[in-house]
Amino acid sequence: MNLVSVAWKEICHRRSSLVSGLIAITLGIAVIVGIRTVTKASEHAVAVKLDSLGANVLVLPQGATVDDYHTADIDAPTFPEEYVERMISSALLGVENISPKLTRRIKIDDTKVVLTGILPDNEVASKPTWQIEGNITPEHNCAGDIGQNADPRLKREVIETLCEDECLVGVDAATRLGVQAGGTLEVEGTKLSVSKILPATGTVDDDRVFMHLHVMQELLGIGSQVSAIEVMGCCSAISDGLLSKLRNVLPDTRVTGIAQIVSTQIETNRMMDRISWGVLLLVLLIGGLSIGNTMWANVNRRRREIGVLRMLGASRSRIIGMLMLKAVVLGVAGGFFGYVLGTVFVVGMGPGTLGLNVGVLPGWFLISLGLATAVALIGSLLPAYLASQFDPSTNMQEL
Amino acid sequence: MLLTTENLCKRYERNEVAVDALLNVAIGIPEGAFVTVTGPSGSGKTTLLLTLAGLLTPTAGRIQFRDTELTALTDAKLAAFRRDHMGFVMQNFSLVPYLSARENVALPIALGRKVGKDQLQRADQLLDRVGLADRAAHLPRELSAGQQQRVAIARSLANEPDLVLADEPTGNLDPRLARDILDLLEALNGDGMTILMVTHSPEAAARGTQRVHLERGQIVEVAQPTA
Ligand SMILES: Nc1ncnc2c1ncn2[C@@H]1O[C@H](COP(=O)(O)OP(=O)(O)OP(=O)(O)O)[C@@H](O)[C@H]1O
Ligand SMILES: [Mg+2]
Repeated sequence: MNLVSVAWKEICHRRSSLVSGLIAITLGIAVIVGIRTVTKASEHAVAVKLDSLGANVLVLPQGATVDDYHTADIDAPTFPEEYVERMISSALLGVENISPKLTRRIKIDDTKVVLTGILPDNEVASKPTWQIEGNITPEHNCAGDIGQNADPRLKREVIETLCEDECLVGVDAATRLGVQAGGTLEVEGTKLSVSKILPATGTVDDDRVFMHLHVMQELLGIGSQVSAIEVMGCCSAISDGLLSKLRNVLPDTRVTGIAQIVSTQIETNRMMDRISWGVLLLVLLIGGLSIGNTMWANVNRRRREIGVLRMLGASRSRIIGMLMLKAVVLGVAGGFFGYVLGTVFVVGMGPGTLGLNVGVLPGWFLISLGLATAVALIGSLLPAYLASQFDPSTNMQEL
Repeated sequence: MLLTTENLCKRYERNEVAVDALLNVAIGIPEGAFVTVTGPSGSGKTTLLLTLAGLLTPTAGRIQFRDTELTALTDAKLAAFRRDHMGFVMQNFSLVPYLSARENVALPIALGRKVGKDQLQRADQLLDRVGLADRAAHLPRELSAGQQQRVAIARSLANEPDLVLADEPTGNLDPRLARDILDLLEALNGDGMTILMVTHSPEAAARGTQRVHLERGQIVEVAQPTA
């Protein structure tokens, strides 16, 4: 037997009196962990969104949203592919790369996939105006601009060539469809050879099938329509008003920069971040006060027992030490339960309620323990000190 | 002398009312003595015992325990001194409610720096000595009053003290149990333990080898009965 086991026995003996303090600290930590988890998931979602856009300017049909573009419903609005020519012929400075896309949700052998029609790079880049524009203004060739200053997530593999009877399949889609490179896929009655399984990118692209835009338009009877045009513009050009110039060229479309697309979410993330620090402060305060209150009630009930310990030879600092030990137990327990509760709660709400894929934050396990312990220790400091100053004699005189 | 005091004074001050609970008390406890302290209620008996133990700070005066001047020690040193040299038996038993009899007896050892595995064995030996070997695992509330007091006596011996201080150890017990406890203390004294016992009962006081009578915080009589 040692004093740790004595303190432990005391905790077990009066566990019900600790419940209120424990609940306060558990809930506090749960709230912090929950908010941090959601914030992290939301930040991750922004990163993935940036990645999946792959371009820094997106031209969408009037009235369409980025989400429409991603969900690719049958009746999602479209606009004429001819807009690509219009953009190219207006010779806008700072336009680096243009890729029109058509997306539709279809079934292949009863498996739902998103089919995406793309134009291989050689077919767009071979447009004469494009070449001329690139050549006569070499100082505006801002590949370096994108390469160095742009978010590295914006860089993605450019598909150089794609024959009309070929298709490319994302890894996840390939698994679901059970196809391999060299195999075939039947899309709306036409056999396409799978030329390549695209490596995992962690974006929606992983679950898509890519084919030649013009073949797709023909197969689905969509005519010369596209869902979006992704534009790679160089950053300086975008801040120089590339977006408004594009809006002038294509008046009945929606032209958005990536910054705008994700800005609301980034804004929310920033707010969550600030809130979580505010909550942290509140939890420190409420948790500390609550633990202090619990401890004060506890030492008052134990006045006589503390007197006995003093009589038997425990110094004042020993009394403080024993009470601090108890605070550590409370803190560790509160941190543990709080972490578990917060994580389980947020992960349980998951994509259904939050619209986010929430990942567990293992690093916060130790942070929770440390934080809760620190709060419990600080909150217990004053009650423990006061308990050490109790007059041991008054307790001895009581019957 | 095991313990001597000089000019020991204790004044309680509360709400501008000052009570001189001890007034210039000079007392000497010889090694191996069984000192009994009597006196009317409120005469300062408990105050004397707690002051000797260092649980109350005297207003004035000195307490000398062999070579150590207790009144000069810091809180931590005094606590350690109490732990190593004194045992306590109180009227209210002062057992820790959530510890078994064995753990209560081992508690003073656990408060020491050395935490050995044999401390519980030692506790069992002491419980055996007070006739409670079979109750070692019981909590205080599962024991009778007399048994609880015997656990307290066993605990007072845990660190092989030089002095056992007892404040009305039989005050809460019926006469037969009281006699058992007094027999036990007397036996301890027979083995060489120095004891100071505060009591109301003349019968208990008669057991002392030296009797001190207090009145209004002052020693009015010291009797050394011839055996
Ligand atoms: N904590 C205290 N504050 C103020 N006065 C006190 C305190 N403790 C004791 N006294 C007073 O000091 C005097 C001596 O008290 P003490 O308890 O030592 O008497 P006692 O002889 O042990 O009495 P009893 O036989 O009833 O136990 C009493 O007048 C009491 O009222
Ligand atoms: Mg008394």
